[in-house]
Amino acid sequence: MQFKHKIAGGDFAKAGNIASSVKKILRQLNIDHAVSKRIVIALYEGEVNVVAHAYSGIVDVDIDEEKIKITITDKGPGIADIEQAMEEGYSTATPQVREMGFGAGLGLSNMKKNSDSMNISSVPAEGTIVELITYIKPDAR
Amino acid sequence: MKITDIIQALDLKIISGQNGLSNEIKGGYVSDLLSDVMGNATEGQIWITLQTHQNIIAIASLKEISAIILVKGSLPENDTIEKSNTENIPVLSSDLDTFSIAGRLFDILKME
Ligand SMILES: Nc1ncnc2c1ncn2[C@@H]1O[C@H](COP(=O)(O)OP(=O)(O)O)[C@@H](O)[C@H]1O
Ligand SMILES: [Mg+2]
Repeated sequence: MQFKHKIAGGDFAKAGNIASSVKKILRQLNIDHAVSKRIVIALYEGEVNVVAHAYSGIVDVDIDEEKIKITITDKGPGIADIEQAMEEGYSTATPQVREMGFGAGLGLSNMKKNSDSMNISSVPAEGTIVELITYIKPDAR
Repeated sequence: MKITDIIQALDLKIISGQNGLSNEIKGGYVSDLLSDVMGNATEGQIWITLQTHQNIIAIASLKEISAIILVKGSLPENDTIEKSNTENIPVLSSDLDTFSIAGRLFDILKME
């Protein structure tokens, strides 16, 4: 099962909509509750990062019997130093975005903790690709 | 414990999301950082925050938070109210500050 969603940069009102529709699908597929909770956290953070830091993005979700693979591809400023971006508390979010409670610098670490594998590749001034894999049966990791 | 019991005990004002008032409460969480709530809050908790914009409902819905308490008499924005009504997540308001309302909620829930 495969599907695709678009994200518009800057559109905070819709942030979380993709995580919400994926959550419904995971429930219909009877995916283990603990597994789907992790996927929802990781996807939400990935979605918010495109909204907060990039110009536009596409989320590809690919579900098979074994795993869920989520690929978030955006056009944006990219991430020059991925290691630094991964540090908890590191954020380049604007003061307005921080005031709303976003921009705590915890998003990427939430994504890492809540997926079985996370891979980031980025080209500065072009964009970022984040790939998240989560196994459906927790013991299949 | 039900939200309606908490509303009475803590003298909360019901702003929106009435259809979710029969939700059961399993503890509480206090934070104004959305990623912190996303990463660490758990299902059924009541969330105390000073954030009033509509993203709090998106998060509450994704995390299956039972209700949100806004502090210091804060009122939510209109789109927050609308979303709270469609998602059936009650938004409640307290005149107290975060420390005081969290303390009282803690006292009530620990007797359970
Ligand atoms: N898709 C992205 N495009 C460009 N920069 C990003 C992207 N995702 C993350 N970043 C960079 O990594 C930093 C840390 O991200 P994160 O841990 O999610 O924290 P936050 O989003 O709260 O700032 C961001 O502040 C930003 O500088
Ligand atoms: Mg982030």
